[in-house]
Amino acid sequence: MASITLQNLVKQYGDGFPAVNDVSIDIEDGEFIILVGPSGCGKSTLLRMIVGLEDITSGDLLIDGQRVNEKAPRDRNLAMVFQNYALYPHLTVFENIAFPLRLAKGKHTEDEIRKLVTDAAKTLELTDHLERKPGNLSGGQRQRVAMGRAIVRQADAFLFDEPLSNLDAKLRGQMRSEISQMQRRLGVTSVYVTHDQTEAMTLGDRVAVLKKGILQQIASPRELYEQPVNLFVAGFIGSPSMNFLPATLEGSVLKTPIGNIPVTEDKARAAEGKSVVLVGLRPEFFEDASLVEEHKKDKGSTFTAELTHTEWLGNEQYGYINFDPDPEVRELLNSLAADMDADELRPQIVVTLDAASRIRGGRSAELWLDTRKMHLFDPETGENLTRDAEAGAALTQEANAARAEEISEAREREASTAGQPA
Amino acid sequence: MSTTTETPTLPSGETGRAGRRRAVQQFSDRAKAERRLGWWLAGPAFVVMLAVTAYPILQAMYDSLFSYRLTAPDERAFVGLANYGVVLTDVVWWRDLGVTLLITVVTVVVELILGFALALVMHKALKAVRGWLRTAILVPYGIITVVSAFAWFYMFDINSGFVNTWFNWVPGISPDLNWFAGTWTSLFVIMASEIWKTTPFISLLLLAGLAQVPDELTEAAEVDGATWWQRMQRVILPNMKAAIMVAVLFRALDAFRIFDNVFIMTNGAFNTEVLSLLAYRTSIGRLEIGLGSAVSVLLFVCVLLICFIAIKLFKVDLASQRGGK
Amino acid sequence: MKASRTKERVTWTIISVLVLIYALFPVASILATSFKLPSDLTSGKFMPTTWTGSNYEQILVGSAQELFLSSLRNSIGIALIATFIAVVLATLCAYAIARLDFPGKKVILTTALAVSIFPVISIVTPLFNLWRNIGLYDTWPGLIIPYLSLTLPISIWTLAAFFRQIPWELEQAAQVDGATTWQAFRKAIVPLAAPGVFTTAIIAFFIAWNDFVYGISLTSTEAARPVPAALAFFTGASQFESPVGAISAAAIIVTIPIVLLVLLFQRQIVSGLTQGAVKG
Repeated sequence: MASITLQNLVKQYGDGFPAVNDVSIDIEDGEFIILVGPSGCGKSTLLRMIVGLEDITSGDLLIDGQRVNEKAPRDRNLAMVFQNYALYPHLTVFENIAFPLRLAKGKHTEDEIRKLVTDAAKTLELTDHLERKPGNLSGGQRQRVAMGRAIVRQADAFLFDEPLSNLDAKLRGQMRSEISQMQRRLGVTSVYVTHDQTEAMTLGDRVAVLKKGILQQIASPRELYEQPVNLFVAGFIGSPSMNFLPATLEGSVLKTPIGNIPVTEDKARAAEGKSVVLVGLRPEFFEDASLVEEHKKDKGSTFTAELTHTEWLGNEQYGYINFDPDPEVRELLNSLAADMDADELRPQIVVTLDAASRIRGGRSAELWLDTRKMHLFDPETGENLTRDAEAGAALTQEANAARAEEISEAREREASTAGQPA
Repeated sequence: MSTTTETPTLPSGETGRAGRRRAVQQFSDRAKAERRLGWWLAGPAFVVMLAVTAYPILQAMYDSLFSYRLTAPDERAFVGLANYGVVLTDVVWWRDLGVTLLITVVTVVVELILGFALALVMHKALKAVRGWLRTAILVPYGIITVVSAFAWFYMFDINSGFVNTWFNWVPGISPDLNWFAGTWTSLFVIMASEIWKTTPFISLLLLAGLAQVPDELTEAAEVDGATWWQRMQRVILPNMKAAIMVAVLFRALDAFRIFDNVFIMTNGAFNTEVLSLLAYRTSIGRLEIGLGSAVSVLLFVCVLLICFIAIKLFKVDLASQRGGK
Repeated sequence: MKASRTKERVTWTIISVLVLIYALFPVASILATSFKLPSDLTSGKFMPTTWTGSNYEQILVGSAQELFLSSLRNSIGIALIATFIAVVLATLCAYAIARLDFPGKKVILTTALAVSIFPVISIVTPLFNLWRNIGLYDTWPGLIIPYLSLTLPISIWTLAAFFRQIPWELEQAAQVDGATTWQAFRKAIVPLAAPGVFTTAIIAFFIAWNDFVYGISLTSTEAARPVPAALAFFTGASQFESPVGAISAAAIIVTIPIVLLVLLFQRQIVSGLTQGAVKG
């Protein structure tokens, strides 16, 4: 097990484009780090730099405090799970898993190899398939073989390059939880690349959000969600994504296309001096005003809007409100959409309503908005004007503590089951 | 297969200048090394290919400008384009060109139809039979052309053949019909052998093209009410156009070079001579290197012309495809 | 339902039989001829009236032995060497084309294409002259070199198509798994590339084995004359005896390796022939 330190890593290609630009991350021993971002953000390049398949242009990469920039992949003792699994089609499942062990000549006896591979196969429920060729396996099974190859290595860290993107949705959910449990059980440092934010939020102890090669923010999923540093992170994390409304501040009231929103003093202060700010509102900040309890009501503000249509999902429903932004704001929203890999951000607000709400599309309805959690962004720099760094740090702190606890519990469990006769 | 999965999109950022220069340096060293390695690996094959074709054809062009006969090497003299004049004004050249073109057109058309039928059979065949069918049709593909020529020759030959006995009932065929004493009957057998031997190749190319037409397309057409023939005509054939064109061009060029079958069966007698045989007879048979070279060069020009017509007129994309024998 | 099943089966049986007849009839015909006695040749029948091995005897141990066995030796030797050289050169070349980034890739592929459509007879005349001058006429190298013009281009195209399909990231996966560059190549790539190389070798061998133009133009004696050319010069045991039986027997013998290769590797040959054509 090992810690991995990225110090000002830069990857530049011949044409001068930095695919990775000055990224620094400290990955602690046993931590599960997610690299997330839209395609082209440099996340896979970064992972390949860690494993040694990609040269480092400048900066330092340390594994357990040792600089490994110039080391060949095989000398870094890392295991990697590739997107296409990278199974050797001419070898059986057994030999695929045993491959790294066989490469380390003389290190393992035949019996040891057999034991390690069968143990790994047992954990991954591959015992019945050991003699088959990868070509005859299902996607999920191939995925497990790829993980098996990583496990037997007893590598210092696991690297995953979008390992689930070739699986269907249901299997993806299942494998996600398997990976998560395995990581905790083994307590092995892991770096995981994905563009799927569900994977990012559920798997990661900390999530690093990248955009165009630049690290935007690295924090626990909760901190990213509640205290994003900028417009990009706020928009990228969360589904449906955060709504952005142009607004002008007049006194302590924000004038927005869907109505006036009174704000607290500290938020008003943050927006001072800006002619226009973007208000960031997550869909779940809204509620059908008629369903909000009285004592909660004055923590937010109530307004009337016409919903174009609603979608009832059983546990909740989504409502949609259109608004007409001026061209400047539209441009801003479009460039944000381009950054996030989406087609376009429609000038539309998505609100989450209780499943019991009777609000329907085409009629005006009274909505309540929880203004406490909203953020204000600088439309030019994208900076979050109302971010509470302390609160954010506290959230990440919490996550770290939870991780440490989980790992030690898992290790105890391991120790106690190992003690018992099989 | 690129080694990176991310495409960098940001123009150069705020990296230190020295760092960037080093990066560029590193890259270009690496790229240079890759280029060098690429040519080291590919170079020998490239040089050999040029050496065995470009050099001889240039030599042939040079030789074709001389009156040069191996039996009288001392009388070698520069004659300019006179050899070409001799060849092009000789009725033999034009007759042979006609025969060659006839064989090319007929065999390619028949092979295309037959090959397509075979491809359809293999495409639709039950899995159990498919392997056997492919094995069977690979036999003619792999067999030596000369062997095929002998097989067909002996079948039809007036002495050793059985075709005359078997097909006695067909008007015009009788036990004393000498197939190889007439132009048309000879050409018929020559073309039969050629077609038999090369149809498998064309059908395999067409089969590959057929397999690339997505099933959904034909299914959609079927749902839309198209008959089998309409599906073939409107959906399958248009989608196979590229494969068909390439197969036709390669076969045409190959048929244009026909030599083995004619040499074995008639050796050019009874007006069945083809251009390759003319070139062979002139330079190897009569040792007229100058004239023979002129014929060779003209043959080469014909092939270029066919290619040019195919590429310009029919827009065959050669670079993305490959054929050959 | 059942009726249509049977009908389908019957249709397919008929079609398959027709295809089999098409593909094998000429071979069967020459096979039958090879077992005929000289007196039987003019019978006008397909099957021999009495079966005889005398034709095979004649070419293997009898009077035509010298002629046939030497040409068989020449054919095997020359075709194998030409195949080997072509495959080695083409493997290096195709690896570079599929794997490396360097200018001129397209030039190489186009050249290969141009060479493969080149009229063989056009090269024969100058080679004939040159080989006589430098002493390569009627020698093995004198045939092996021009054979490369036949075998090399198709090998390059076929192998490049094969190599493009190899998942090269396996090489990297192996490196991460702890392999050296050489180990990664040998353990992850070679096993995947080998079938393609092997298939290409079969196809190249077929082509070299088939050659006739170079064979009759650039040889004059048993020193280098390959089988197809030798067949054309076969005469009977005596001047008055027809060589039909002997030629047929020889034709069958040189067809045996083809049939064997086809039977064993039909799947590979088909994929090799079509891959380059379709995916190029």
